[in-house]
Amino acid sequence: MAISRRAALKGLLVGGAAAAGVAGAPDPGGAVARPVPPADAVGLLYDATLCIGCKACVGACQEANDLPRDPTGLGPQYNAPIDLSQRAKTVIKLYDDGEVSSFFKAQCMHCVDPACTTACMLGALKKREFGVVTYEPDLCVGCRYCEIACPFNVPKFEWAKMAPKIVKCELCKQRLAVGREPACTEVCPRQAVIFGTRSDLLQEARRRIAAAPGRYVPKVFGETDGGGTQCLYLSHVPFDKVGLPTLGDRPAPELARSIQHGLYRGFVAPVALYGALAIVMMRHRKPSATADS
Amino acid sequence: MSAQAQPVGGSFFSPGVRILSGIAGLGALAIAWRLLRGLGATTALNDGYPFGLWIAFDVVTGTALACGGYAVAILVYVLNRGRYSPLVRPALLTSALGYSLAGVGVALDVGRWWLLWKVPIYFWHWNFNSVLLEVALCIIAYTVVLWIELAPAFLERWRDSQVRLQRRLAVVALPALERGSVWIIALGLLLPTMHQSSLGTLMLLADSRLHPLWRTPWLPLLFLLTCVAMGYAVVVFESAFASLAFKRRPETAMLASLAGAIVPIQGFVVVFRLADLAWRGSLGLLFSSDVRALMVWAELGLFLLPVALLAQPANRRDLGALVRAAIAMMGAGALYRFDVFLVAFSPGTHYAYFPSLTELLVTLGLLAAEVMAYIFIVRRFPILSGGPGMAPERQTAS
Repeated sequence: MAISRRAALKGLLVGGAAAAGVAGAPDPGGAVARPVPPADAVGLLYDATLCIGCKACVGACQEANDLPRDPTGLGPQYNAPIDLSQRAKTVIKLYDDGEVSSFFKAQCMHCVDPACTTACMLGALKKREFGVVTYEPDLCVGCRYCEIACPFNVPKFEWAKMAPKIVKCELCKQRLAVGREPACTEVCPRQAVIFGTRSDLLQEARRRIAAAPGRYVPKVFGETDGGGTQCLYLSHVPFDKVGLPTLGDRPAPELARSIQHGLYRGFVAPVALYGALAIVMMRHRKPSATADS
Repeated sequence: MSAQAQPVGGSFFSPGVRILSGIAGLGALAIAWRLLRGLGATTALNDGYPFGLWIAFDVVTGTALACGGYAVAILVYVLNRGRYSPLVRPALLTSALGYSLAGVGVALDVGRWWLLWKVPIYFWHWNFNSVLLEVALCIIAYTVVLWIELAPAFLERWRDSQVRLQRRLAVVALPALERGSVWIIALGLLLPTMHQSSLGTLMLLADSRLHPLWRTPWLPLLFLLTCVAMGYAVVVFESAFASLAFKRRPETAMLASLAGAIVPIQGFVVVFRLADLAWRGSLGLLFSSDVRALMVWAELGLFLLPVALLAQPANRRDLGALVRAAIAMMGAGALYRFDVFLVAFSPGTHYAYFPSLTELLVTLGLLAAEVMAYIFIVRRFPILSGGPGMAPERQTAS
């Protein structure tokens, strides 16, 4: 009379063979080939010990990228973005707990293996020239999955607009194209943020740590964090205190991607499941169309 | 399949439908408001919570509630339980409506909806790393498949139509659909298996920002299991609703064994989740004072409630108890999905989200429109049939 438990579970098993079977196969995270920075990768090196918090970079960025002034932080008298937003592709934040304090710059990290480009359906966000994560609005439907994906909370959305776009630092791609450096590094009076190839910046960061023992947290943030980023950080305050997530060396999109690719590798599992389902049904159909077993 | 399916007939504009049309009307106004004013002015969505009610409920939960067609198809076509075939058409109808309206939800949610057509067309730009792309393409394809699977219900009626074109269409299309049915039904089984599991993979991309109580590589399996359980629950609920609304004899025995089939799934989900939490060393989080722990307890309770209800044999013969169990099952799956998409996601302390009035009205309006469309179609087209061994009861048109 009743469907037996075994039959119900068998049905699930057939229906979900692909998902259950392959997702269950332990995916050795370490064995997955991880992307490496492109040969022409450029980026930023921000040294928190040098930054005086003048925010010249914030204004220069707004100007270079035609961003509107941002009075949301302190009211209409001040152009003072308090966080990344549709009006600010970079901001300077302050950490001060009474004992230690540090300024901190936020902008897109231009990950070696970005979660946002993994998320993006048509590749509106993509690593293009110099490994910079750039945005093509013609390929963006405004789904905002990139905002869910980014471990650094970087992509922002123009909520107030009728034709909204994603807003994020593209490392002044229009300036890079004509051989100029990004606006934030050009304007910085203390060279707290500098522009260069990723390998040069990494070397410089290591040199600074070695030259002044005790001055820095002995780690270059972005060298391996989240699979590595093209924007690198030096700091005298622990990185997690100044708003950088603790990610480990594993790229943020690796887990979701390995499951997805495990299930759909070569599209074998879906095709096999489709064939199996059709065969099962044809066998059921043969003796008599509506026979109940 | 359901040769004995008959239109219910009767008048469409019952008092209930008038109330529904009022809700749907408010929803239509809310939709117009969103399209005229943009997302920022009309929703509570923000850069911390870019996914809100429309994604978490209309799409992620709505399509799971629309898995009746999938769940019954597993039973009838894969397990060859032909006696459940009277449930196929009504289940397909709720599925087709649910998926279609989830599509409306997506179109309203995305900021650049006029470019949506590019997603299925621009294949040379497809990003095969994107779980969302797979979900989108699968859902589009499945919505088409559902309407094709349901097409015979419309064509059978058009066969006797006064309109020549409808008659011709029926004569040509019905045999073609019959010949291709195995391949279409197989597609109707494959596509939900793919995208319902991928809906779980979707939030795994949030990685470190997804709370460890829900962050498990088994999310795809859990999403698949819950959508099947929710699918069966919806069929029980919908069938009881139809018997009540159209004064038909309820198919209590069939629904009881259907509900019974969900018990092992529900129980398995609970055991599996606890084992998975223990395996990942996160079991202790269940006893933290975090509100998230409470949400998981609520989920587990809702998952076990129908198991407890249906453990008593007397309840299995009682339509009311069956419906209560079905509602608990739908609630369990819905809360689980809601939690994964909204509660488990932590973008940082200075973001908060609670749906705006516009968002709520759109969601309620779409639900009302769905129920109205269901009533309209079952009254005019052969969807519902009497249970086997039971004379097809015709409603006395009043």
